Amino acid sequence: MTHKRLFTVLRSWDFTISIIFILVMLAGSFVSPYFLDPGNLLETTFNFIEKAIIALPMMFIILCGDIDVSVGSILALSSLAMGAASQAGVQTAGLVLIGLVVGLLAGMLNGWLITRFEIPAIAVTIGTQSLFRGISQAVLGDQAYTKYPESFAYFGQGYIPGTKIPFELVLFLFLALLTGILLHRTTFGRKIYALGRNPVAARFTGIPVNRLRFIIFSWAGLFSGLAAILLTSRIGSTRPNIATGIELDAITSVVLGGVAITGGFGGIFGVVVANFLLGYLKFGMGLINIPGRVMNLVTGSLLIIAVVIPEIVKRFDQRTNKRRISV
Amino acid sequence: MRQLRQLIKRRETTLAIIIGIFILLVSFRYPRFASPTNIYDVLNDTAVLMLAATAQFLILLTGGIDLSISSTMALVGMLVSMLNMRLPELPIPLVLLITLGLGFVLGSFNGLLVGFFHIPPIITTLGTIAIYRALVFLVSGGQWVSAHEMSSLFESIPHRPFLGISGILWYTAIAVILVGLFTTYTQKGRAIYAVGGNRVAAHLAGISGAKIDFLVFSMSGVLSGLAGLLYVTRYAAAQTDTAVGYEFQAVAACVIGGVSVLGGSGTITGVLLGAFFLGLLYNALTVINLSPFYQMAIQGAAILVAIVANTIVNRRNQQNMLARRSLV
Repeated sequence: MTHKRLFTVLRSWDFTISIIFILVMLAGSFVSPYFLDPGNLLETTFNFIEKAIIALPMMFIILCGDIDVSVGSILALSSLAMGAASQAGVQTAGLVLIGLVVGLLAGMLNGWLITRFEIPAIAVTIGTQSLFRGISQAVLGDQAYTKYPESFAYFGQGYIPGTKIPFELVLFLFLALLTGILLHRTTFGRKIYALGRNPVAARFTGIPVNRLRFIIFSWAGLFSGLAAILLTSRIGSTRPNIATGIELDAITSVVLGGVAITGGFGGIFGVVVANFLLGYLKFGMGLINIPGRVMNLVTGSLLIIAVVIPEIVKRFDQRTNKRRISV
Repeated sequence: MRQLRQLIKRRETTLAIIIGIFILLVSFRYPRFASPTNIYDVLNDTAVLMLAATAQFLILLTGGIDLSISSTMALVGMLVSMLNMRLPELPIPLVLLITLGLGFVLGSFNGLLVGFFHIPPIITTLGTIAIYRALVFLVSGGQWVSAHEMSSLFESIPHRPFLGISGILWYTAIAVILVGLFTTYTQKGRAIYAVGGNRVAAHLAGISGAKIDFLVFSMSGVLSGLAGLLYVTRYAAAQTDTAVGYEFQAVAACVIGGVSVLGGSGTITGVLLGAFFLGLLYNALTVINLSPFYQMAIQGAAILVAIVANTIVNRRNQQNMLARRSLV
C-alpha cells in the first residue's frame, strides 16, 4: 500500500515540477557563480512576484474551466486611477484603496457579463482587455504619470525592516498560503473542483455555480489591482502599455503548475513552484546574457513539453494496460 | 416572403444594416467618409485583418482558439523579407508559394500538437505565440528589414493593381472566397462545423476530430502566412514587433461577425463584415479627427456590445422556437 502511494507521488505533477525546479537551480549555479547567492535569489523575486500574485486567482479561474485575458488591462486601469489620484494629491493609503477598488470593480464587470449573460469568459475578457487598456490609452495617450508619494514606493521596492527580504515576497507567500487553505481545506475549494470537473452536475448538487464564478472573477480583478499597486510602486510610473502580456505569462505559470486548462485538476503547490521556476529560469538566462525575447522561446517550449510528456506517458500506460488485460 | 424574413433575421443582415447606418451617420457630418475612395482605402487597410480573422474563424469554428496568428504573421513576414534581401529578383509567384509553405509548416506544427497529442488549442498556441515570436528575434538578430532593403518587386505585391483593384485586395478576396466555398460547400468544410457543434456526435458519425484540428490549424497557418507577407510589404517593414495583438483583433472581428467562440456556428460573410466594421471604426476616428488613442477603447466597447446583443438575440430566438413548438 505505502509502495503504491509512493508510486503515485513519484508520478504526480507536483513531484515532476519540483524536480525540474531543482534542475533549474543546479543548472543556474553551474552557469554563473552569482546565481545561488541568497541575496540575489531574494532580490530577483521583485521581477516576478506581481505576476505570481495574479496567478493565484487565475488558478481558480482555470480550475473552473474559464480563462481571463483581461488581467493585464485591469492592472493598467488600476495603475491609471492611482496615477490620476496621486496627481490630484491623494496620499499613499488613499492610492492603495483606489487601486484595489478599481481592480475589484473591473473584475466585477467581467464576472457580471460572464454570469448574467452566460457569455464564454474568453469572449468577454477579450472585450474588456481592449476596453480597459483602451481607457488608459485614451486618458494618457503618449504621456505617463510619474508623480507618486515617497512612502508609496515601499510596496514594490521595500524590504521587511532589518532584513533583505522583499515585502512583496512575504506578501505573496502569505496570500499563497491563504489561497492554498481556501482551495484545499474549505468547502469553497471543493465546490470549485466540482464545478470545474462537471458544471452541470455541480449545478444539480446545489452549488451556486454562477455566484462562485462571479466571486472568482471579482477576486482576479482585486488581485490585479493589488499587482498594480506593487508594479506601479516598483517602477514609479504609469504608462498605458504597463504590464502588457502579463495575462499570458500568468496563464503559462498556472498551466505549467499542473492545472488542467479544461478545469478541475491541479493545486496550489505546483502553481507556486512554477512561478519560482519560471522566475529563476529567467534570472539564470539573464545572467548569461540571453535576451528577453529568446527567453520566451525557452518558456514557450517548456510549456508545450510540460503538457506533451504527460500525454505520452498516458498513452504508454494505456498500451501497457491493454497488454496486461489481453494477457 | 418567408425567405426575406429569414434573410432579415440573419446576423449578417443586421450587421450590414448597422454598418450602413454607421456610414450614414458619420458621412452626415463628414461627407468624405462615405466616398468610394475612402471606402476603398478602408478595405485596403482592413485586408490583412480580414485574412487574420478568416484564419481565426476556422479555429473558432472547431471550438478552439489560435493565439499564435500574430507571431506566425511576424515570423513568415520576417523570413520572406530576409529571403527577399538575399534574392531580390525572386518572381512573385515563387515568393507567394514560399510564404504559403512557411505558413503551412508553422500552422501544421500547432495542428500536430492539438490534433495528435490532444493538447488544448489555447495551450499549444500560448506556447507557439512565444516560440514563433522569439524565432523572429533570433533569425533577424533584432534588426529591421526596412523599405530600402526590399526590392521594388517585393514591395509592389500589395499595390500592383489588376483591373483597377489593388493586389492586396485580390489576394485577400481569393483566399477568403476559397475558404468560404470550402467551409460552405464541401464535405470536409461541413465536417469543421460538425466537430465544433458536437465533437462526440461528429466522431460517431465517422468524422475524425484530430484530422479536422490538423486541417484547420494548417489552414490558419497558411492564411496567417499570407497575412504576414501582405503586412510587411504594405508597411514596407519587417520587425520583431510586427502584428503584435492581431490574434485578439482577429477574435474581435469574428465575434462581432457573429461567430460563436464555443464552436459550430458562424459564417465567412459575418467575419468579413466584422473586420470591415472594425476597419470603419478606426477610419472614422481619423476622419472625425479624434485621437487614435481612443481606438482600443472603442474597439473593446464594440466587442462587448456585439457579444451581449448576440446572446440576447439568441436567447429570444430560442424562446420563440420553444413557444412555436408548444403551439403545434
